[in-house]
Amino acid sequence: MASAHAWTDRKMEEFVGNLLRTGVLLSAAVVFAGGAIYLARHWSQPAEYHIFRGEPSEYRSLSGIWQQVLALRGRGIIQLGLLLLIATPVARVAFSVWAFAEERDRMYVAFTLIVLGVLLYSLLGSSAVLN
Amino acid sequence: MNVLEFTALVAVGSFVAGLLGSLTGLGGGVVLVPLLTLFFKVDIRYAIGASLVSVIATSSGAAAAYVKEGFSNIRIGMFLEIATTIGALAGAFLAAIIPLSALAVIFGLTLLYSAFLSRKPRPKSQRHLPPDPTATKLKLNGSFPDPEEGLRSYNVQRVPAGFGLMFGAGALSGLLGIGSGAVKVLAMDQAMKIPFKVSTTTSNFMIGVTAAASAGVYLARGYIDPGLAMPVMLGVLAGSTLGTRILIQAETKWLRLIFSVVIGVLGAEMLYKGLAGRF
Repeated sequence: MASAHAWTDRKMEEFVGNLLRTGVLLSAAVVFAGGAIYLARHWSQPAEYHIFRGEPSEYRSLSGIWQQVLALRGRGIIQLGLLLLIATPVARVAFSVWAFAEERDRMYVAFTLIVLGVLLYSLLGSSAVLN
Repeated sequence: MNVLEFTALVAVGSFVAGLLGSLTGLGGGVVLVPLLTLFFKVDIRYAIGASLVSVIATSSGAAAAYVKEGFSNIRIGMFLEIATTIGALAGAFLAAIIPLSALAVIFGLTLLYSAFLSRKPRPKSQRHLPPDPTATKLKLNGSFPDPEEGLRSYNVQRVPAGFGLMFGAGALSGLLGIGSGAVKVLAMDQAMKIPFKVSTTTSNFMIGVTAAASAGVYLARGYIDPGLAMPVMLGVLAGSTLGTRILIQAETKWLRLIFSVVIGVLGAEMLYKGLAGRF
């Protein structure tokens, strides 16, 4: 029984490794593409990051970012890539819920659901509170 | 400086930060925020936002490699993430209330304290510890591939102390936009007596989830600027990928030395600038 348990853990680790790698590479590719568009259009403008203005609302919410992506705005595409990046560990946690359930490990299913709940609240709930 | 020059310089700086962050198990953020604010004069809020995003990339990229090597412990990571994510959410909300110079001072103190703690030598005799009932109940004990001994098993100690420290690590992460790998490694390595390599790699594994917990709040608040985050994230990712390749063969003793010198110097600088009110 112990060896079957270890084997499942090992398989789970391999899948998690691939999931993380795919998520990071995908988001890096999207950020790179958006960055290329952004630089091609804005490269000669002065860089002003010493003053904080806060991002305009179209770069702060999921729906705003999506509209910028559809308009093929470089910065919107970068934000989409960053959202994919943020979603990568969330997907990892979501997968772990399933994997621990496969192992019939109720204690760890519960632990993982708590973590997932906090992550989803931050991503979906906080923008409703703050905007 | 125009956008192209700025982007290129930030990308190079971030590459170096990512390399250092990965080599030391810190995540890139702890080096990045001082770099962006002290060197590139970026507002600390934008720096924190970009850093937080890059921290997710560093962590996930490195974790992908370590998980396959069998160093990190998924159960330890998942259990302690309960503490780090709740802490991170609290920290991210707190960040909006705290004055900027206070943020810099907390940042500096965090770095200095981490540097101090990591230089304290760890007694050699702590290798074969008896199993702790709480850790056994939570199925936290594990094993990892040791180059000298083959598969080496370990028993996790002092779970409540580690869990509490992890809440603090999460809060710092949310507050400062760092992975707070330093505190995570300390909680696991020093409090819970988990072997150093397992601690650093499991920390890397946890950092992404911890950072994602505050990223939503940062995004909603407008701290994440695409023009800045782009070179930071890509640079850090490239640097950390290289660093990962080196770590698996590197000596723990040297890692600790680099770890403490880098964070000590940056900590002093942040503390000084924060106290002088230059944020």
